[in-house]
Amino acid sequence: MDKRNGLLQGTLDMLILRTLLFGPAHGHQIGKHIQRTTNDFLQMQHGSLYPALHRLEKRGWVSAKWEIAPDRNREFKYYRLTEKGRKQLTVEESQWNKMAEAVARVMGTPVEEI
Amino acid sequence: MRWWPLGNRDADLERELRSDLELEEEEQREGGLSPDEAHYAALRAFGNPTLIYEQTRSIWSWTMLESFVRDLRISFRTLFRSPGFSLIAVLVMALCIGAATSLFTVVRSVMLRPLPFRDPSHLVMIYEHFRDPAMNAQEFNYNAVAPADFYDWRARTHGFEDMAAARWTQFSLTGGHGELPEQITALGGTWNLFSVLGVNAALGRTFVESDDRTDGSAALLTWSLYERRFGGDPSIIGRKIHLDGNPFTVIGVLPKSFTYPDAGIQLWVPFRAALPPSLLEHHDFHFVHVVARLRPGVSLANALSQVEAVQYQDHLQNLSAPVAEDVASKTLLQDLAQNVQKPLILLLCAAGCMLLIGCLNVSNLLVARSAARHREIAIRSALGARRLALIREQLAEGLIVTVAGGVAGVLLSLAGTRWLVSAWNNLPTAESIHVDGVVLAFACGLVIAAGLVAGLLPALSTTGKASALALQSSTRTAGSQSRTALRRSLLTVEIATTVVLLIAAGLLLRSYWQERNADLGCNPDNLLTMSFSLPAAKYDTPDKVTAFSESLLERLRALPGVRAAGLGSVAPGGGNGGDNVFTIPEHPPITPGSPLPDALYRTADPGYFSALQIPLISGRFFTNDDRAGRPKTIIISRRLAQQYFPGENPLGRHILIGATGENREIVGVVGDTLYQVGKPIMAAMYLPVLDGSVNPWGFGLVVRTNADPLAMAVPIQKVFGELDPQLPVEDVFTLDQMVEHSLGNSSLSATLVLAFAILSLLLASVGLYGVLSYLTTQRTAEIGVRMALGAQRPQVLRLMLGDGLRPALYGLMLGLAAAAAVVRLIQSMLYRTDSLDPVIFAAVAGTLLVVAAVACLIPAWQASRINPIQALRME
Repeated sequence: MDKRNGLLQGTLDMLILRTLLFGPAHGHQIGKHIQRTTNDFLQMQHGSLYPALHRLEKRGWVSAKWEIAPDRNREFKYYRLTEKGRKQLTVEESQWNKMAEAVARVMGTPVEEI
Repeated sequence: MRWWPLGNRDADLERELRSDLELEEEEQREGGLSPDEAHYAALRAFGNPTLIYEQTRSIWSWTMLESFVRDLRISFRTLFRSPGFSLIAVLVMALCIGAATSLFTVVRSVMLRPLPFRDPSHLVMIYEHFRDPAMNAQEFNYNAVAPADFYDWRARTHGFEDMAAARWTQFSLTGGHGELPEQITALGGTWNLFSVLGVNAALGRTFVESDDRTDGSAALLTWSLYERRFGGDPSIIGRKIHLDGNPFTVIGVLPKSFTYPDAGIQLWVPFRAALPPSLLEHHDFHFVHVVARLRPGVSLANALSQVEAVQYQDHLQNLSAPVAEDVASKTLLQDLAQNVQKPLILLLCAAGCMLLIGCLNVSNLLVARSAARHREIAIRSALGARRLALIREQLAEGLIVTVAGGVAGVLLSLAGTRWLVSAWNNLPTAESIHVDGVVLAFACGLVIAAGLVAGLLPALSTTGKASALALQSSTRTAGSQSRTALRRSLLTVEIATTVVLLIAAGLLLRSYWQERNADLGCNPDNLLTMSFSLPAAKYDTPDKVTAFSESLLERLRALPGVRAAGLGSVAPGGGNGGDNVFTIPEHPPITPGSPLPDALYRTADPGYFSALQIPLISGRFFTNDDRAGRPKTIIISRRLAQQYFPGENPLGRHILIGATGENREIVGVVGDTLYQVGKPIMAAMYLPVLDGSVNPWGFGLVVRTNADPLAMAVPIQKVFGELDPQLPVEDVFTLDQMVEHSLGNSSLSATLVLAFAILSLLLASVGLYGVLSYLTTQRTAEIGVRMALGAQRPQVLRLMLGDGLRPALYGLMLGLAAAAAVVRLIQSMLYRTDSLDPVIFAAVAGTLLVVAAVACLIPAWQASRINPIQALRME
């Protein structure tokens, strides 16, 4: 959808699902969390975050609900992982692992051996 | 998956983004920034909320459709904001699409749709073809066939499955119980004609072989006669009707779809019925139309060569008679459409040109409008609007205009087609012309193509990469050069097409004018013409015919209001009306094989020439003594005298008429008349009508009146009623009306092309005006600078005028060149008019220049009125 984001679309979806594994969160928190945990390596662009959230919601992997944030005393739209989303996360994780392993194998191979 | 109404989800999304953005802002403030700084920092971190909103929203919506609907909504709003422009644009498209659709409907029905016959592609018409080039010039290259030739062809060739023949005839139709007599056009068809065509009767049966004999009395009704005269009562089958007083039995009714060869045919009789049997043995009496069905697997050339061999033998055996050497063929469709093909294609092309101009014009206007929104578009694309979306939006505007125009145009074409069909004389298959699925599909295609042309050009030109420049540049740069160039070239094409249309219209009008004012050779003022034929059954002796003729003339001449009356055959301008070959006994015999002299065959009473005011050149007119039992006399036309008696006095010489073998002495030479307006003069010979022989082509009456001739029509018809209540009189016209009628189609096509051309001129001038106004607004600042630096108003006027007139001049030159190449195609439609007529070309060029100058003058003048101070302050 948005080519300005360096992440592959599926990867962003996986990161969001993984973030929601810790519990419900609103868009802002999700963005900040991803940014923080990657040591600001992934600058979260909201331009791709919200479409991704809504896409996940449309697919039924997350559900959304307006809830009062304890620290702000205001309502935010909280996303939480559904059962379907949990399964999807497992699938995506295993795919990612395979992928990372494969990439690592190629990258880790000494140059002379090629 | 939850689905809730779009509105809710939109509000929800907006709230979500707002609350998250606020949170970001709060966090920034908590990080120690001032409220203002925090606000911008939050926005920076967050990105463009509107864009995010749109992108997120598009996850949920059926994007394509929804954005299309949105485009339409925006376009509708834009269009409604300037209702004048929109209305004109829609009207223009409606006229253009309507005209093109109507003409396509007619062209398709007349020229493209297969005839309602079995395997119509296997059907051909076969004609005799004379080798003599002089004869071909007189349209004898497709000559009607002599009956004996036809019977030879049918018996002695086998390339065709079967051949059938038909002949035209007229009957006076009366019922058994003294109903009003009615003159009807009928065809005599050989018994196998309907099986050759592959047509079955809707009721009853068609002819069988035993019907086709001299005393045959079977009759087939066409559907229209069946409905009109017999109220669609099927019990008519087997009943008797009277044709020229002879009883015929109705054996069947032809299907409604059968309007061959045209819708004017009311009735069919067997070919030989009521035809003198001796006529069938003639090789030189050409009145038969032959239709043949090709045998499958045989090539047309092969089949025709067999016919040609037979025909050449017939020619060799009849060297002293006009028997053609060759044969020629046409497909049935060509044969039916031959007279309308060219004008129809011309009109379709003209309508197509007008449609093109209309599209270019709407396109041009849209470019002008989008130029005003140039910056808006540039800003939107800088803010992330995708080019496709912008193009789509502009395209939608063009599409709305063309679709609205298309719908209105199709409705218009429903009426237009009906009008065209009724206004066009003798349009073949006119009955079956109607708007159907194919036509609608054509119209849809037209609308889409028109919409793309009208919308895509401006869309592409305003949204390109260059559009970003609009942000950096101010209006001072006079807009993008390429866009102006595009508009100018659009305009050049528009004007060039207009010039071609104008020239075509001018030529057609001039040709029509020439025809209309052609000298008929007689005085057409206050002249009433009509025709009738005397049924041979009742008027069976020359004495009876002469008695009728004399008492008719006597009574007519005594009628108050009648200045003169004459009885003869076809009046000048009334058509060919029959011709015959002749020889001159005093001249050396013609070498066998060379063509025989041929002349129009006319009859006249002693007062005929003076009634028509045809001048006597030498000798005398007929007298009351030129009748049966007296020496046989003949009067010839000046053309005949010039052509066949060059340098000698024809008076006292004789003419031996080919088909009858009568030897007649020439007693007078009279002035030439045109047998048909638009056709060259043909030699003519006049026989005395009082000798009582019935002219096979019927009688024609001319009456010159003191006042309005049509007012005399009823009293004259009453005279007929007194003499013979059973006798129908038909074709009651003034001579002017008759000429007008015969020119109806050329005046129609000239008028239509002119209408298209004028509309195009109007469109082109509007386009010109639009372009220049646009340029003026674009260059307001520049002009302001020029004026501030000392340019005078006339100089500015000249500058702008030159700018606008340049595309007009290019277009004019291009158009003149294109017209010079194209008009050759319509030369054959022109009468006494050179297709490169310099007057027309000059007139069109002049008109165009004047119109262009006027169209340019207004914006140029406005430009010269610009107040430099204001113009510069606008920046």
